Amino acid sequence: MASATLRHALWILRGNRLTAVATSGVFVLVAIAILGPSIAPYDPIASSVSEALLPPSLLHLAGTDQLGRDTFSRLLVAARLDLVIAVAAVGISFVLGAIIGAFCGYAGGRLDRSVGRFVDVMMAFPLFVLAMAMVAALGNRVENIVIATAIINLPFYTRFARAEVNVRRNLGWVEAARASGESHSSVVLRFLLPNVLPAMAVQMSLNLGWAILNAAGLSFIGLGVRPPTPEWGIMVAEGARFISTGKWWLVAFPGLALMLAVLCFNLLGDGLRDILDPRMRT
Amino acid sequence: MTEPLLRIEDLHVTFSTRSGPVEAVRGVTLSVAPGEMLGLVGESGSGKSVTGFATTRLLDPAGRVSSGRILYRGQDITKIPDGDFRALHGAAMSMIFQNPRAALNPIRSVGLQIADAILSHKRMSKQAAADEALKLLRAVQIRDPEKRMSAYPHELSGGMCQRVMIAVAISCNPMLLIADEPTTGLDVTTQKVVMDLLAGIAAARGMATILITHDLGLAAQYCARVVVMEKGRLVEEAPPARLFHHPQHAYTKRLVAASPTASSRIEDLVTDEERGQYLAVLAACKPQPEPPAGTPPLLDVRNLAKRYDQGAPAVSNFSMTMKAGESVGLVGESGSGKTTTSRMICRLIDASEGEILFDGESIAHLPAREFHRSPHRKDIQIVFQDPNESLNPRFTAFDCIAHPLLRLSRMRPGDALRQRVEECAARVGLPIDLLSRFPHQLSGGQKARVGIARAIACRPRLLVLDEPTAALDVSVQAVVLQLLDRLRREDCLALLFVSHDLNVVRMMCDRTIVLRSGEIVEAGESRALFDNPQTEYTRELVEAVPQVDRCGFSVQS
Amino acid sequence: MSSLPALFGVLVFTFLLMRVLPGDPAVFFASGPNAGKEEIEVIRKQMGLDKPIPEQLLRYLYDVGRGNLGKSLMTGQSVTTDLRERLPASLELTLTALFIAMLSAIPLGVIAALRPGSIVDHGVRLLCALGVCVPTFVSGLLLIYVFYYLLGLAPDPTGRIDVFTSLPPSRTGFLTIDFLLAGDLDGWWVAVRQLILPALTMALFVIAPLARITRASMLVSLGSDFVRTARSVGLSWWRVVVTYALRNAILPVITIAGIVFSTMLGANVLVEKVYSWPGVASYALDALLSSDYAPVQGFVLLMASIFVVVNLMVDVLYGIADPRVSI
Repeated sequence: MASATLRHALWILRGNRLTAVATSGVFVLVAIAILGPSIAPYDPIASSVSEALLPPSLLHLAGTDQLGRDTFSRLLVAARLDLVIAVAAVGISFVLGAIIGAFCGYAGGRLDRSVGRFVDVMMAFPLFVLAMAMVAALGNRVENIVIATAIINLPFYTRFARAEVNVRRNLGWVEAARASGESHSSVVLRFLLPNVLPAMAVQMSLNLGWAILNAAGLSFIGLGVRPPTPEWGIMVAEGARFISTGKWWLVAFPGLALMLAVLCFNLLGDGLRDILDPRMRT
Repeated sequence: MTEPLLRIEDLHVTFSTRSGPVEAVRGVTLSVAPGEMLGLVGESGSGKSVTGFATTRLLDPAGRVSSGRILYRGQDITKIPDGDFRALHGAAMSMIFQNPRAALNPIRSVGLQIADAILSHKRMSKQAAADEALKLLRAVQIRDPEKRMSAYPHELSGGMCQRVMIAVAISCNPMLLIADEPTTGLDVTTQKVVMDLLAGIAAARGMATILITHDLGLAAQYCARVVVMEKGRLVEEAPPARLFHHPQHAYTKRLVAASPTASSRIEDLVTDEERGQYLAVLAACKPQPEPPAGTPPLLDVRNLAKRYDQGAPAVSNFSMTMKAGESVGLVGESGSGKTTTSRMICRLIDASEGEILFDGESIAHLPAREFHRSPHRKDIQIVFQDPNESLNPRFTAFDCIAHPLLRLSRMRPGDALRQRVEECAARVGLPIDLLSRFPHQLSGGQKARVGIARAIACRPRLLVLDEPTAALDVSVQAVVLQLLDRLRREDCLALLFVSHDLNVVRMMCDRTIVLRSGEIVEAGESRALFDNPQTEYTRELVEAVPQVDRCGFSVQS
Repeated sequence: MSSLPALFGVLVFTFLLMRVLPGDPAVFFASGPNAGKEEIEVIRKQMGLDKPIPEQLLRYLYDVGRGNLGKSLMTGQSVTTDLRERLPASLELTLTALFIAMLSAIPLGVIAALRPGSIVDHGVRLLCALGVCVPTFVSGLLLIYVFYYLLGLAPDPTGRIDVFTSLPPSRTGFLTIDFLLAGDLDGWWVAVRQLILPALTMALFVIAPLARITRASMLVSLGSDFVRTARSVGLSWWRVVVTYALRNAILPVITIAGIVFSTMLGANVLVEKVYSWPGVASYALDALLSSDYAPVQGFVLLMASIFVVVNLMVDVLYGIADPRVSI
């Protein structure tokens, strides 16, 4: 079964170049996150005033910032923090959202309707503002960025799991599972959730990109991560001061890093849809 | 014969799919005379609808006419550019579709939709078009047409929507009407009304009609000539009488045999050559001994009712009994509460009130939530309607059949389990090598067999069948029905057969219960009930079923 | 109407926020950071901070009901006044951006859906894929780099007007409208030039999701049975595409537009920071960074109220557009 899935995944990737590129992009990203500090050519925090604000060159691939720190090294080192925040936040909301949503969607009735409405309302709320307020309230720390991002992600998963379970709850095979002696909760956990997971994995991949943007946005406005810690959002914020004087690399490279990371996750999400759909398996 | 209105010559239609081009229609030739009603019959995948859509150029973008000609009044319309074809749409030929509610624009009033169609071909004021639309609503016999002009499709019943659809289709007096499964999905009484209306309008306006349907009986009742298609080819063309009594082609023979009529018996569902085999199986079954007197009935349902928060009760005051090995039919139109009743008897949902005795023992006191722990869980099993939806897409056929054995018979994975699953598969005629497949790799009939094998795996004593063949083609239905009947005889299995198809119930069931709006209208021995209905409603139901034998081919050929 | 409970939820939330916030609320309302212990104790009594939490909540609700959101340390004014002064700037920016986004996204989505698989379609899909990946603050800064630094087309990206122009008499608070009402076309042009880049930045951010949903729902609509019916009776191309397909396809777009507007309210924080736009979001942000919490609460409440109003409007619009829904 597992090897069949793998073989199927490879087969899909061969037919779908874009997904293959995105997948390798994600692998590269993860590798950088793990290896970042050891492959960075310079110390990301060491400043050197004589080399401040140098444009990109062979020596400094992405130029240097106002303190003479090598932007490229800082980009590499920052990957770990950005990725960890996003993965942790999405992981928490994925697990919670899937379980809450699946049980509500299966149970139906009044509880389900009110949860559904609450989630809809919450989704329409300016979530970035909510995250901002939460970080402010809980304290300006990285853990709280994770918590805030997890909470604003939660409605997406709850709603998704709820909708997916809802369309399946009256299908023959679900009732058949009950006729075969399964209790309600095992129907949800052992039958419905596994069937819903592929679709949710797609959502998860898409949301990872969104979570990265959110966390970067929060640190851009000065919440969460503090300088001099290298983080893509902060690097953009620091570079913003020099954009009017034409120091484009300070914004463009961290921006590019953010964009590529998000793009890879989004494309991977689209590709996952094909891989995990058992109907595509031959 | 006069010059045909429509002549299709050697039509080929190809669809481009991911796995290369697929030919859906391979060389169909047929013609329709002005004013004639032609039946185009076939099972799913026969290419009957594709032929219709190719004629009106409404194929979806992946499909195209790869060769052949379609002559409308002598002119080859496959050569007309798209822009000019619009003049033909509606004015020369129009279509009626399956699922009428989806076929109408949900956010535009039906009056405007009819007027749109009129205005696209005639120059007149909006007011005049609205007047015309009103006349058309009258013509299709919609009650309160003035009021209905401003109604939206969701405010009308399915039958009403189909009448509106007919009004739209005939609004510009086309010479040819193509009706694609116009009554599939409608209740049998509605089906009759709509078909009568359609036939009446076509006759009154001298409109030629092609009736595309999977229902041989329906085509036979309304059409003077029937064309049978199989796998994109036309296999036989004949007046219905000849088609039924002297089918020539092997496929037609099987199709005719498999279509249940009022008088058919289960063994009749296959062609003469195959019948002997089935009779031999029947003969091998030992007759079950009569249970000793005083044995409680297998199932005794008393005053069952189900109420939801709002609206009338879904089921009320439902009582019935069943003996071991007996088959009882539960018939009714949509909304009659037959599905709710079947779920309550299966103990998948709770009844609001009433008593269910199984073997004389009450099983209704245990809530449905807890019933999976009851020792009777394995005695009552169910087969679901749509085989496509009744198997877990992540389970192989083997897993599906093994699941109840693991849960209810407490078997452990191993050789014993494998042997038992294979035995079940063999009993339902499922080849062993298919057991490792996932549902999407099985055909509809194979999935239905897996569903039945799963239900009988734990040797239940009562099997509830919820429209088990409604989603199947008739030839597959025939095989499944024979299988179920055989299992009943072999295992002394009681069958509660929930269905809307009266011919099937009459054939399969010793007794029949007719439900309407959650209440029992009539109950009794099947043949007596159908031959001599006691209530007006049952009589209406029985008469609405297209009957090849009864219609006597009154349509002049 | 379902969003009203949400407003109440936000009220309670902001109240709790105030409880949880680091530091003693009484300190913020004291005359200055160096206020003595006794003074704080007095204020604590005045504010009722010695009362039980439920009673404090009631008092808080009562205050909010009277429009009393507390005082800002930074500006020394009441938060209500501050917010009222700055709200038009934010609204002008957001509404302009929404207008630009809708005007470009819907036609793009429709065109892409009409010719699926064509070059236009691939172009739109590429744009959508890229559009959701670029963070607002990065695209804003890059726009400044290109249009201000490189091309010199845009004015200095700071504030709503340049230093040489005097403000028009405030009528609506929307500068572009106030200038027009005052008949000052030069001033109007200045305001428009300042507005274009930030509005564009924000619009770029939401064009992708809007175009994507328009394309998707238009595809569904064009493939639906009722469009096939419309074609089967020979309705004209315009009728089929606009009256039948597009009108149905626009329904999900309305819902998404509400969500998009909310997202934009959030994105306001980033855009206003990039362009030093004197709106409510940059006000709240400055307050947040200088630990001045009353404006933050006020801002969150304001966002919640706007959100309720927007949701209400979306519900009404949807009710008008779809007869199946009763308002």
